[in-house]
Amino acid sequence: MLFDQYQPEDFFDEMFTSGNEVRPHYHAVGEALNAVSAEEFRNRQTAVEAAFMRGGVTFTVYSDSQGTERIFPFDCVPRVISAEEWDMVERGLIQRLTALNLFLHDIYHEQKIIKDRVIPPQYLLSAKHFRREFMHFEVPKNVYVHICGTDLIRDKDGRYLVLEDNLRCPSGASYMLENRSALKRTFPELFQAAGVRPVDQYPAELLKVLQYCAPAKFRGNDAPNAVLLTPGVFNSAYFEHAFLARQMGIPIVEGRDLLVRDHKVFMRTTAGLVQVDVIYRRIDDDFLDPSVFRADSLLGVPGLVNAYRAGNVSLANSIGTGVADDKVVYYFVPKMIKYYLGEDPILPNVDTYLASEPQDCAFILDNLSKLVVKSANEAGGYGMLMGPWASREEIEAFRKMIEENPRNFIAQNPISLSRHPTWCGEHFEGRHIDLRPYILCGEKIVVTPGGLTRVALRKGSLVVNSSQGGGSKDTWVLKH
Amino acid sequence: MPPVSNAREELARHKQANVMLARVAGSLYWMSRYLERAENQARLIDVNLQLLLDFGHVTDEQLKAHWLPIVRSSGDEALFNELYDTADSESVTEFMTFRTENPNSLVSCISNARENARQVRDQISSEMWEVLNDAYHFILGADAKTVWHEGASAFYDQIKRFSHLFQGITVSTFSRNEGFEFIQFGKYLERADQITRLLDIKYHILLPSASDVGGAVDTAQWHAVLRSASALEAYRRYYVADVFYKKVVEFLIFDDSFPRSLKFCCQEMDHFIELITESSAEAGDRTAIERFRAFLERLNELSVEDIFSQGLHEFLDEAQVEVGSIGGQLYSTYMYFPPVDLQAEIRFHQQQEQQQQQQ
Repeated sequence: MLFDQYQPEDFFDEMFTSGNEVRPHYHAVGEALNAVSAEEFRNRQTAVEAAFMRGGVTFTVYSDSQGTERIFPFDCVPRVISAEEWDMVERGLIQRLTALNLFLHDIYHEQKIIKDRVIPPQYLLSAKHFRREFMHFEVPKNVYVHICGTDLIRDKDGRYLVLEDNLRCPSGASYMLENRSALKRTFPELFQAAGVRPVDQYPAELLKVLQYCAPAKFRGNDAPNAVLLTPGVFNSAYFEHAFLARQMGIPIVEGRDLLVRDHKVFMRTTAGLVQVDVIYRRIDDDFLDPSVFRADSLLGVPGLVNAYRAGNVSLANSIGTGVADDKVVYYFVPKMIKYYLGEDPILPNVDTYLASEPQDCAFILDNLSKLVVKSANEAGGYGMLMGPWASREEIEAFRKMIEENPRNFIAQNPISLSRHPTWCGEHFEGRHIDLRPYILCGEKIVVTPGGLTRVALRKGSLVVNSSQGGGSKDTWVLKH
Repeated sequence: MPPVSNAREELARHKQANVMLARVAGSLYWMSRYLERAENQARLIDVNLQLLLDFGHVTDEQLKAHWLPIVRSSGDEALFNELYDTADSESVTEFMTFRTENPNSLVSCISNARENARQVRDQISSEMWEVLNDAYHFILGADAKTVWHEGASAFYDQIKRFSHLFQGITVSTFSRNEGFEFIQFGKYLERADQITRLLDIKYHILLPSASDVGGAVDTAQWHAVLRSASALEAYRRYYVADVFYKKVVEFLIFDDSFPRSLKFCCQEMDHFIELITESSAEAGDRTAIERFRAFLERLNELSVEDIFSQGLHEFLDEAQVEVGSIGGQLYSTYMYFPPVDLQAEIRFHQQQEQQQQQQ
């Protein structure tokens, strides 16, 4: 009933074919949802929102001085991925992270990929997050990126494309877990016939990765002491930090709880100083250690970088991984896969133009009103020009910025993201979505089946970021 | 070799559960104190609103005489006078419930309890957190006008219920580790402090009309004191008698079994002080603990007659000082490390780095 008025229109719809037929892997969910009245759906949607508020599953918006707490809007219609499709996505993600970790090792050591002229040197040397200080540094177990969040989208033909890699401190995994548990409580009947792969092993797998990557010097008989380092309770992702620490059973610490002596990191406990072996840090490189990086950082721990260098503590992710999620370096990831693995990329990039290449730059400047322009190092939907929807002033402002600093910009053809039935107060309508799976790299690479599906709740909008009117959905990977 | 790695994980969990950041201990302690304070304040306001109903028509002066000692008891009289011209039921209720400027208002107490809980969100159970979060949204969603018109009693009842629920959930979901000791220590300390303040209110009301002692108004006020401590029923079971002021004071100070009496609270504090000092490697200064023990000894030896001859107000003052100073001492020894001097740390590590490079 709720689907009676539904129109896939001229988009790739996850649930319906262009002929308005329900795709096979959506049959079970479709039937269960059809048995629910609009009023019932509305009630459950309200109940789930109240439960998020009650659980404090919120993020803080600092538009006013107080910092208002909001829930991350949640839509009860789950996004479903078939087993075959997931198999391909999973292989693609493993391939990509394998190559990225090899790339990071290479550019912090021999830099063969530059010497072999696969990537022009100027791009790496000018990358904002390249940490020259860490040349020839051996990271524990050779893992640079332990936790990766890769943003995938689907184009008008339903092809999965990589939009960007998040290799520094990707966030959102807690929402993947909370969304699942919320939907199980609200719509238990949806799960019965579907056969959905669980996601709640994520914290245990993350802990395994942290312990695996203990420093080479670690000689304890017990497992290493891991902690989660948070910027603090005022950070907008604090809920996630506390959630993951609680799920893993490790302490959550702030910079002020740690102290470095003799190149070792200690936490200040009621029982005195206790050594820390592994830090899952949710603080960017720049803020980690005010004695090395930004001196004005109040969040970090003086001496931490030297303790890390001395091999007494591990950091996840390692320092300097940001060079690989620079949007200009992104352009070269398919070439890296070919170069290091000798394979063709399973998940292609979105076609990308580099403003620093003269030919591309001319094309970009001529077509600003048709392209999406992104700055190389911004995240969260900031520093972006959506050409087709932008005002003339915005376009001219970007033209000036690109001409002044071409290295800092890339451009892509706008992708008409796939759409998904989403509750809009009375019935379901199509809304654009993306997908952020979480990939963990320890002894081996593990992808949690599913991830966080973000949905642009505003009609027609392509921006899925929570700071700009985005919400999220539970994401199902089917067993069969 | 899966068995080895399983054994490792188990050990890790064991090991990590046994350390607690000093900051975490401090947050658990304050979380507990603030919620206990909120509960006591809620009961105090509720009981006094109801008490006024028994008096029928009261003049403005009488209202003021009734409410000002209550404001005074939490030490916020000066702030109250800055914010309000008159002390009547509405102004005092609003001040003690909703004004964020008042650090002891219910809104402030519950926000602080919840904020402290949020800082240690990973340490407490989800159920504990949800109660505090519920309480917070409940009080933010209310305002003085609505509460006033739709029945204050139901509102304050709900606040008390949050606190009771929280305590029950804590007992049934929180491991009996160090954290539990700090939570309980904070609770009993706050409760001991509140009972001295509650008894002191009556002292302030008593003074101007000492001749009324034993009269109907006096008895009603002592009734209110007992009810403000949730103690009326327990008192009746114990004395099976009319409410007589000396007996009330005796009960609220000396009763061994009633969980809100001063002595009971001090004994519980002593118990948790012992556990906290035992489980910590920090060999703190024992003088404050010895001093508190001496006060507890005195409580064991004194009679209610001694207290009245010393002066009730003077005794309560003394008790407040003793309770406060042991709290301060434990806080600075176990729950709070002075922040590191960040600039000095930065210089220290930069110098170390330079020396290494020169070698």
